[in-house]
Amino acid sequence: MTVSESNFETVSRRALLTGGLAGGFLLAFHLPVRALPANVPVQPVDDTAGKFAPNAFIRIDASGTTTLVMPQVEMGQGVYTSISMILAEELDADFSRVALEHAPPSDKLYGNPMFGIQATGNSNSIRAWWPHLRTAGAVARAMLVQAAARQWQVDPSGCTTANSEVMHKDSGRKLSYGELALAAGSEVPPKDVPLKDARDFVLIGKPLKRLDTPDKVNGKAVYGIDAILPNMKFATLKACPVFGGKVAKVDDSAAKKIPGVQKVVVADDFVAVVGDHMWAAKKGLDALVIDWNEGPNAHVSSADVWRDLRAASEKDGAVAKSVGDIAKGLATGDRLDAAYELPFLAHATMEPVNATVHLKPDSCEIWTGTQIMTRVQSAAAKAAGLPVEKVIVNNHLLGGGFGRKLEPDMVVSAVRIAKEVDGPVKVVWTREEDIQHDVYRPAYRDTISATLSDGKIVGWKYRVSGSAVMARWFPPGFQKGVDIDGVDSAIDMPYDIPNFHVEFMQAEPPAVPTGFWRGVGPNNNVFAIESFMDELAKKAGKDPIDFRRSMLGKNPRLLAALNLAAEKSGWGQPLPDRVGRGVCVQPSFASFIATVVEAEIDRLGEVKLRRITCAVDTGIAVNPDTVRAQLEGGLIFGLTAALYGDITVDKGRVQQSNFNDYRMLRIDQAPKIEVHVIKSGEAPGGIGETGATAGPPALRNAIYAATGVALRRLPIDRALIAAGRKT
Amino acid sequence: MTTLTINGRSVTFDAPEDTPLLWVLRDVLGMTGTKFGCGIAQCGACTVHIDGKAVRSCMLSVGAVRDRPITTIEGIGASPVGAKVQKAWLDLEVIQCGYCQSGQIMSAAALLAATPNPDDSDIDAAMAGNICRCGTYVRIRAAIKQAASGRQS
Repeated sequence: MTVSESNFETVSRRALLTGGLAGGFLLAFHLPVRALPANVPVQPVDDTAGKFAPNAFIRIDASGTTTLVMPQVEMGQGVYTSISMILAEELDADFSRVALEHAPPSDKLYGNPMFGIQATGNSNSIRAWWPHLRTAGAVARAMLVQAAARQWQVDPSGCTTANSEVMHKDSGRKLSYGELALAAGSEVPPKDVPLKDARDFVLIGKPLKRLDTPDKVNGKAVYGIDAILPNMKFATLKACPVFGGKVAKVDDSAAKKIPGVQKVVVADDFVAVVGDHMWAAKKGLDALVIDWNEGPNAHVSSADVWRDLRAASEKDGAVAKSVGDIAKGLATGDRLDAAYELPFLAHATMEPVNATVHLKPDSCEIWTGTQIMTRVQSAAAKAAGLPVEKVIVNNHLLGGGFGRKLEPDMVVSAVRIAKEVDGPVKVVWTREEDIQHDVYRPAYRDTISATLSDGKIVGWKYRVSGSAVMARWFPPGFQKGVDIDGVDSAIDMPYDIPNFHVEFMQAEPPAVPTGFWRGVGPNNNVFAIESFMDELAKKAGKDPIDFRRSMLGKNPRLLAALNLAAEKSGWGQPLPDRVGRGVCVQPSFASFIATVVEAEIDRLGEVKLRRITCAVDTGIAVNPDTVRAQLEGGLIFGLTAALYGDITVDKGRVQQSNFNDYRMLRIDQAPKIEVHVIKSGEAPGGIGETGATAGPPALRNAIYAATGVALRRLPIDRALIAAGRKT
Repeated sequence: MTTLTINGRSVTFDAPEDTPLLWVLRDVLGMTGTKFGCGIAQCGACTVHIDGKAVRSCMLSVGAVRDRPITTIEGIGASPVGAKVQKAWLDLEVIQCGYCQSGQIMSAAALLAATPNPDDSDIDAAMAGNICRCGTYVRIRAAIKQAASGRQS
């Protein structure tokens, strides 16, 4: 590849802008500084010289620019803006002059307080950081006030703050935070600093514009896949199509003749082609003739997975929770039994899996977008054979996460490729590789038995069977056979039931690797519970919402959300033939949400989504517009899975490969969505996962209402609906 | 050597004629605003304009472009309709992760250039080729209507 003079300016400018990277600077993108072009290297976040840096999150320089370091990653959920609002609220910073930086890897400084490691997931960014970030902002503010009071020789209690200024009430004097930055650094951080009363919030609770979006409309936003380094090579890889298989033999003679192909890297479990650009690498990969040792999984099919899972689900699991007397409860009244099944799912983030690595004899630098900064750092160190402190990780905006980027595998394989490349190499997976070598949402089988007496549930026995992701990913979360995520929203289901018993049955699938997926444990449990609630309501001869209401007396927040969703959705008002409304309520992630899906089902079983109404009490909504956006998008995410999501396995390999056969819901199928955010003074709940959890059961129940067909598997089975078989 | 006109500038580079425009933009010219999503024209993340029409650059070889002008997300704001779309996208806070939004904006700008007042079916037809995994479709539809009418949110 040569670059002629006419585009030399573009390329050399780009090289200049990224030139600092080669020297090992930490790459931190100043997101909201709109004047800056993409990929401008800025000073490392830990360079606090000349700045007021009272903690790991806040830096104020003499010009007054307040730089906030983001301990959680931005993958679309709006968390950079919400975190900034919390810090700026207590700091009384001028929000229009806030700049953001990605945090470097450090569990000590940036470890998520709910995980203990630097991870973004489980809809807990705001829940976990809420008190900590408020305190960080308040302490910084107090130090700035102390510095001003010292300069004026007045009592700090006579000073107020707003818009990055300290004011002395009696004299009217003012000093900006920039003017105070140097002096504030010498102040002693106060202990027990008071936090604002919610009535005094000026940012929190307002639908402020996101800080990360202006650069996302003009191509300037930089995702991991956009990293560009001088003399960078491009690579793409292919792992054995059969899970766990190995490379036996590679004929690369044709690949090496392709213009732009530089190198073929043969690892034990994958082959990569390195080239001058992705096209050369991809053509090279396609031209390889690879013999695989497919290994012991070559016979595994979805039928094996389901046979094993169904057998496991009939055994007793580990008891996660037991209240009252379940034997007595199940012996009382009318009994109903059901089993619900959910398939494997791929994440299919819009940004395909990628990582860029520059490996040198004594250091390793990585550019990627990850939900787990420190795990990526340690996994890369291990793969590179270097101490952890020799690995620099530069995080980026994520083009979707959904749990896929809670894994470091793409960085590990990129480091292994980088070992054979002189200089930096960007490894981008094809979409096919991304779909076929994901870490999948587990297949689950949930068995439920319940009894009804006087229209209420008196006994409830629930067993979730499936992969224990926690056992691998976070072993403290897997105790005595119970995966705490696997039973989330099942052990704390909202209904008042006197005899209540929940079990977890670990059943690891053959061959298929499993991991977290948006909605995590609750996306399984809420589906099974809320689907069964509708079947029980029918058995009891009650309206689905009335039936739920009668058992929500101890959960007033959820009851209020349900009542609001019922009112706003027009619940109970007549509908045309083959149109139904379905409801879902969930207490998941400390948010209380009721959702009504209205759908029309044709004679062939095809579904048209007409309208979705959602009511949410998420406590204090830091940015209510973000709450709405997450529900809107999460609902589409969940409904995509309900309508289409199905990863199947044959001969040890995933049968889907791209968006043609792993379908996504598109704009022409998207219904109107109304989200009603309930005002609340409670601590903030989680929101990113919730829509994904709410959509599938509400749709399933809408189909049930419209057709009488009780679906017990996802994705929805159109043939079953068309056949009209009723339970 | 191939010469293309991109965002009003003439750019010459050396890459095989069968190279998709997407990879020339991203990997040869360093214009990373145009995104790779699927490689088979199923997701629309790579959408650019050729002669003002939305095309998927992942399956369009540079040899086939010839002298027709290319507009990418980096240049779309220079046209009045592109600027209106960008503004509506921000006014209505359409964007979440943003990875697909370069393509969404390019498709929307091409739609509005050809059909200044699109109805829902026009929007469906023009935008159904663009997948958004964050599910921002409701706001995309509203933003297109706002950009068309010039209404403020």
